[in-house]
Amino acid sequence: MTKDASATPLLDVRGLEKRFGGLVATDRVDLRVDPGEIHALIGPNGAGKTTLVAQLGGQLASDRGTIVFAGADITAWPTHRRARHGLARSFQITRLFRSASVIDNVALAVQAVSGGSLAAWRPARRDTALFERARELLDTLGLDSKAAHSIDQLSHGERRALEVGMTFASRPRLMLLDEPMAGMGREESTRMEALIGVVRQQCAVLLIEHDVDAVFRLADRVSVLVGGRIVASGTPATVRSDPAVIAAYLGDDADAA
Amino acid sequence: MAPDQAKPLGVRGALLPLGAVAVAIALPFVLRALGLDFYLSLASRIVVYAIAATSLNLVLGYAGLVSFGHAAFFGLGAYVTAIMISEGVQSGPLHLAATIGVTALAAFVIGAISLRTRGVYFIMITLAFAQMLFYLANSVKGYGGDEGLNIRVRSLFSLGAYLLDLKNPLALYYVALAVLVLALLALARFAPSRFGRAVLALRDDDLRAEALGFPTYRYKLVVFVVAGALGGIAGALSVNLQGYVSPNALHWTQSGTLMVMVILGGVATVWGGLAGAAVLFLLQEVLASTTEHHEFWTGWVLLAVVLFARQGIVGLWTRRQAPSLP
Repeated sequence: MTKDASATPLLDVRGLEKRFGGLVATDRVDLRVDPGEIHALIGPNGAGKTTLVAQLGGQLASDRGTIVFAGADITAWPTHRRARHGLARSFQITRLFRSASVIDNVALAVQAVSGGSLAAWRPARRDTALFERARELLDTLGLDSKAAHSIDQLSHGERRALEVGMTFASRPRLMLLDEPMAGMGREESTRMEALIGVVRQQCAVLLIEHDVDAVFRLADRVSVLVGGRIVASGTPATVRSDPAVIAAYLGDDADAA
Repeated sequence: MAPDQAKPLGVRGALLPLGAVAVAIALPFVLRALGLDFYLSLASRIVVYAIAATSLNLVLGYAGLVSFGHAAFFGLGAYVTAIMISEGVQSGPLHLAATIGVTALAAFVIGAISLRTRGVYFIMITLAFAQMLFYLANSVKGYGGDEGLNIRVRSLFSLGAYLLDLKNPLALYYVALAVLVLALLALARFAPSRFGRAVLALRDDDLRAEALGFPTYRYKLVVFVVAGALGGIAGALSVNLQGYVSPNALHWTQSGTLMVMVILGGVATVWGGLAGAAVLFLLQEVLASTTEHHEFWTGWVLLAVVLFARQGIVGLWTRRQAPSLP
């Protein structure tokens, strides 16, 4: 462990389980993410990464175990409450609001966590603070010139950047990034890596990623999920040389590549 | 810095609504001058159904929830008012309060259960609730059963010394028109509000909206309850117009008619419900006088609109460029 083990973790997952009938998708998972770190979660296809992310995000209820986040037991919380508490997630398959322009997508993301119900009837476009913050974010994402564009006019890479940017818009304490580089070319991946580099200065990141090279460049710690279980956890160097990991994951991936 | 696409409602933007209201106010006098008094009841029917269709548009269009049971609220509103009158309560304010109370409560219960499902299940469960009420109305013999309930008097509103009796066709028309105008104003205000935009966002992708921090279930329920109560008011006006309510007001074909109006007029547009109700009734009126098979031809019109005008009739003159939120 690189971090001080006595520091209060930002996310502390204990004994988390999820079963679908006889299939154990998440098997007694313990996971901790410290403030400010990038913690990567890797594992072969079908390891249960997406299930675990859905449990953390609140899209799936857990059968057993606890999730403590930023001092609160959020195990039974609905998704929107987790998001407002600072746990934001992106999706593996880009999910954007197609009938809204680029800047409206970001403005909605900003609005979602600044919920004052008294202001609910005010016209949103007169809310300068909302749109100023949205503009700032588009600058960060390099999408400032496309503010008025529709989602369909964006490239795949730009849409992925927007997906991550919307997650970031809520000023979260922890971002769950579900395969942000999926389906990207080399150049787009590099840009996404840079974006994650910017994002990490302001919050912790739990990064689910297939691109093992990127993971080892970015992550402070890596956990490896195989068959719903965490088989190894530690610094990139330790994990890389772990025989169980090589057998279960890196070997397979090398074959597949 | 001013946000993009900020379009304050200018003189031109206000012209159409004001013109439409002026025409609607003048209509009874024009009809009388032309000796076409008979058409006032058609105009009232259009206005009443425009209110009902507008309320469904809130759910179906703005929130993207395909409710196939909206007649439940329309019929319930009609029955609440009719039953109160048959029990000797003639006070309009009481009818209104009871209608809103009962339909909002029904919408809350039906919504709380059915909004936990999505897609086809949501369509089916809303349909099932409405059909349950349909069969209930059929079986309650004390209030007409399958023959329906006739009322001899109408809702009575006392405004100081003046008595507003909805038995007077002119009074009914103007009261319904006032309700419609208020509903359309509220809808025009709703869409560009923070709440309205959040509802439009969850229509696009409610999983994403929830993940961003919007309490999507609660938002949908609010929309469902408001729409249910407004549909109930339309029903109360309808029983005042016709002097009669039967279980057919709760039947699924009634829900279907309201859906047709919304789709015909324009999904998620302020004017869609009114345009749909007007076109459907006028079409029936014209076709009924020329052919026995008016439903057949109405079907063709609906098909053409669905295929060639995705934003309905309203979309024909407000062509949108890129997709954008209000």
